[in-house]
Amino acid sequence: MKTEPTLRTRSDARGPGRGAGRPIEPDPLVTTRERRIRSRWRSVILIGALIVLVIPFAVPTIWMITSSFKPLNEIFASPPTLFAANPTVDAYAEAFTFQPFAQQYVNSLYIAIAVTVVTMLVSSLAGYAFARIPFPFKNTLFLIVLLGLLVPSEVTIIPLFQIFKTLGLINTHLPLLLVPAFGAPAVLGTFIMRQFFISLPVELEEAARLDGLGRVAIWWRICLPLAKPALSAVAILTFLGSWNMYLEPTVYLTSPELFTLPQALTRFTDAYGGEMWDTQLAAATMTVVPVLIVFLIAQRQFVEGLAHSGLKG
Amino acid sequence: MPTTRQRSFWTTKRRDVVAGYVFIAPQFAGIIAFVLIPVGLGIWFSLNEWNIFTGNLTFVGGDNYARAIADPQLPAVLGATAIFSGGVVVLNLAVGLGLAVLLNRKIRGGALFRTLFFSPVVISVVAWTLVWGFLLQDNGAINNLLLMFGVDGPNWLQQGPTAMFAVIITQVIRSVGVNMILFLSALQGVPRELYEAARVDGASPAAVFFRITLPLISPTLLLTAIITIVGSLQAFAQVAVLTEGGPDLSTTVLVYYVFQQAFQFNDIGYGSTLALMLLSFVLVLTVVQWQLRRKWVFYED
Repeated sequence: MKTEPTLRTRSDARGPGRGAGRPIEPDPLVTTRERRIRSRWRSVILIGALIVLVIPFAVPTIWMITSSFKPLNEIFASPPTLFAANPTVDAYAEAFTFQPFAQQYVNSLYIAIAVTVVTMLVSSLAGYAFARIPFPFKNTLFLIVLLGLLVPSEVTIIPLFQIFKTLGLINTHLPLLLVPAFGAPAVLGTFIMRQFFISLPVELEEAARLDGLGRVAIWWRICLPLAKPALSAVAILTFLGSWNMYLEPTVYLTSPELFTLPQALTRFTDAYGGEMWDTQLAAATMTVVPVLIVFLIAQRQFVEGLAHSGLKG
Repeated sequence: MPTTRQRSFWTTKRRDVVAGYVFIAPQFAGIIAFVLIPVGLGIWFSLNEWNIFTGNLTFVGGDNYARAIADPQLPAVLGATAIFSGGVVVLNLAVGLGLAVLLNRKIRGGALFRTLFFSPVVISVVAWTLVWGFLLQDNGAINNLLLMFGVDGPNWLQQGPTAMFAVIITQVIRSVGVNMILFLSALQGVPRELYEAARVDGASPAAVFFRITLPLISPTLLLTAIITIVGSLQAFAQVAVLTEGGPDLSTTVLVYYVFQQAFQFNDIGYGSTLALMLLSFVLVLTVVQWQLRRKWVFYED
């Protein structure tokens, strides 16, 4: 009972003028109701604000999905509509006949999976060694590897293009596989894995070492199974990085049957260079929706994993 | 017997050294082949003129650098880069922090809102930018929506200032989710006792925010600012898909100009020079960030 008046003075101090002259008397019923109403109003306003704010974040995606079922004239309808009045899947069919879209889908998928698997191996091996194994020049070598975080791929792509051209590897998938899996994009993975292995208690390994287990066995059988959170962060970052990559395929690939999805999305133009709006929306929907579904299922891992990309450096 | 001699040579320590080098070999080789050699080659290219037809290099020393200084387009490009990166960083931090503060209050549905605000981060840049490109057409959904309120919207992507605004907004909304999460965890790191003490002292919510919250999360704020600028310097797809650098040069940011010179005009020498300029911007910003982080890691301890 005695706490109520103090609470009220506190809220009075926050809201200037409100009930300044009111006598402070122990009237718990009124005060709690008043406070409850006020806090309810506050959360209603807060939720209202959030709903308005979320529109530019969520509606474009929803609009993309719903509009992919619209005939062309409805996409630019005035006033704009969210749902198709006469839904059609023509645009989806068109996406597969205009370009080898199924092939492009397979390209993106196999490249992203291969890069992810190899990056997980490369990063966890290097991350483990940098965290645990003593060897000469370790810190110097680690600093050299970290240089990979400093140099944007937009800078190295000009000389890399010349290198791959000399090797006759232009218009093949090799540059899109090798550079991300071993080069700069893998360094963030190595960094994440190293930080994780440093935080693991050494005792786990010491027992295994006394039993005569080699480093490879310790890495594979003891450390990797424990590193699932870090590995899933690396996997998510790497997969999305590869799936969404645009500059590299644009530079390296010229044959439509080798294209990856983001690159293919920009090539749905008719003979006059006009954009095929409905087909692009259908293709974009097919590119985005599977990733969105996985994101919704494994939200926590995605958010935690991608927060690492903000820690770059 | 050779086996016993081998065993005595292969001590645990020696085996560890070999294992260490073998373990880092794939990553290290990748860095040499795909980062260090390319940067070295890039520097060499920038000192040469590239003959498109014969593919021959001619050493020209600093000619490409002199050309950059005299390039009449470069001031406009650097200006666009500054506006883009400045706009992105200011909006990204303001929106990211604002959303984090709103979501930091325990409300029903908070997790759902967090998911929705974060969702553009996982969407392909090209798909996201494509959709915004549709919405921003002269007869697109945004202008049709404005028309309902009697506003005749501009042809967003065809006029310099609105095109730049569109590129900035598209980039901020797609990427702000990451900063929002970083700010949220920073906000949750502010000790509750400080807020309670301030409340007892009768501080206004604004005073609490500016005197307690902001100073305590300022390390995160500054690091995020630098990471956001570095990210914005690499925003190629956004410009390529939405405006192709236009109208005129109004949205031609440095990374897009590098691409144009190197891969559309096949001017490898000059393209490499511009790429090194981009690299130097990123290097300066990243070194600043590392210095700051080292300082604050001690501070946090």
